Amino acid sequence: MGTADLIIKLVLVVVIFAISLVVAMYSTYAERKVAAFLQDRVGPNRAGPFGILQPLADGAKMFMKEEIIPTRSSGLLFIVGPSLAIMTACIGSAVIPWGQKIVTGSHVIDLQVTDINVGILYIFGVVSLGVYGIMIGGWASNNKYSLLGAIRAASQNISYEISMGLSIIALLMVSGTLSLREIAENQHGFWQHGWFSWYVFKQPLGFLLFIVCAFAETNRSPFDLPECETELVGGYHTEYSSMKLGFYLFAEYINMFISSAVMATLYWGGYNYPGMDWVTAHVGPVIGPLVGVVVLFVKVFAFIFFFMWVRWTIPRFRYDQLMDLGWKILIPLAITNIVLTGAWVTVYDKFFK
Amino acid sequence: MEPLSNKRKVLEVKPLTLAERSYLPAIIKGMAITIKHFFKKDVTIRYPEQKREFSENFRGLHSLKRDENGAERCTACGLCALSCPAEAITMTAAERQKGEENLYREEKYAAVYEINMLRCIFCGLCEEACPKEAIYLDGDIVPSDMLRKDFIYGKDKLVEAPLNQ
Repeated sequence: MGTADLIIKLVLVVVIFAISLVVAMYSTYAERKVAAFLQDRVGPNRAGPFGILQPLADGAKMFMKEEIIPTRSSGLLFIVGPSLAIMTACIGSAVIPWGQKIVTGSHVIDLQVTDINVGILYIFGVVSLGVYGIMIGGWASNNKYSLLGAIRAASQNISYEISMGLSIIALLMVSGTLSLREIAENQHGFWQHGWFSWYVFKQPLGFLLFIVCAFAETNRSPFDLPECETELVGGYHTEYSSMKLGFYLFAEYINMFISSAVMATLYWGGYNYPGMDWVTAHVGPVIGPLVGVVVLFVKVFAFIFFFMWVRWTIPRFRYDQLMDLGWKILIPLAITNIVLTGAWVTVYDKFFK
Repeated sequence: MEPLSNKRKVLEVKPLTLAERSYLPAIIKGMAITIKHFFKKDVTIRYPEQKREFSENFRGLHSLKRDENGAERCTACGLCALSCPAEAITMTAAERQKGEENLYREEKYAAVYEINMLRCIFCGLCEEACPKEAIYLDGDIVPSDMLRKDFIYGKDKLVEAPLNQ
């Protein structure tokens, strides 16, 4: 790897980091606006035109608030909690392919920070690390509500990770690879071999299971039991103030962005769109992939909107209902999905190939 | 028990069907409802810039009226202060001097006239008590302020703007 490649990679890392922070920042604004529109209201409109400077104002407020560390808390862990939460949220974006490779003369620019061949496993590893941030924060606060919230978060995330993993296995049986780059390449265009090429049309049940689990993993409503205000005051961030609270909230939005990107890549074709070959042939090999990047971001934003739409529609689950759904419905369904997919793949390979 | 009216409805507890147990149809129905609201007109308004129309008998900020020549109608009789259930009105009377006939309608006038807007309950009894038709609660909502003393409105804020001659 030459110096030029290294610089390109560094720039890419910085750009992706900045983009995910900006998206998370504006997700807070979008959340309030979407909530307002769904409830026939106006939403924030004071800071700047249409209130678009609201996230900056919120951020400034968060930084200027007094930082309180409870006396009987364990000081180090109290700080480690939010740091871990935001760090694990940020590193998930490393394996997502944001676009096709750009070819300029002799140079090939890969719009992906790293193409490891176990990309999905990496994502799973990072996601399961995310629960440590919540767990440590809740434990260190020395507050019963925080601890209850943290315990809820841990058991919820672990339960739903199982069905998430199982729903992915069916996808892997179809795609035959763990690398996110190859999965995205497999969904090239929109129509292939007499069927839609996007995996959502090959794995509709798998996608449904995955999106439900994604909601649970990001602690979003209707699975936001860890921070359930009506029962637990504020859940694991009851004792947090100032930017440490901000980091927790921010981590949730970054997680939302990353899981939207993962869902778009795994199931909705990533940067692929109908007629992409025709577009690339007409605008050249540099602009073509960039159009794909835009398409991917449109999909990601659609998913983020979907997250918000669901949040302001569906009431929260009761805790036993949550566990029932996870263990008694989603896991058996995921296993059924694996069996059906296995049978179909075998039949397809034997008779239709 | 014999039903007293025919409104009673016996409900049967039926086990949920598979579709109902999967939550999905209900969720889709709910999402359809919320997205319909997404495109509906807002019911709220941007308040300080936009204001809703008041009803005709709305009682807001007081104003001390002038007569057709632009002279203050108030004669400082004190009936408004007497009728005020919240004791929000105070005034000091003074005698009209020569040459002030264009300023004050009667021979006696209110040199100081103060209403404490934090005490006022906007009942409109002062309006009813006034024999000179000098006070009306026809203004806006009382604006917010930082200090309690700023809510004591004097004549500078209460008296109507002078007529254009």
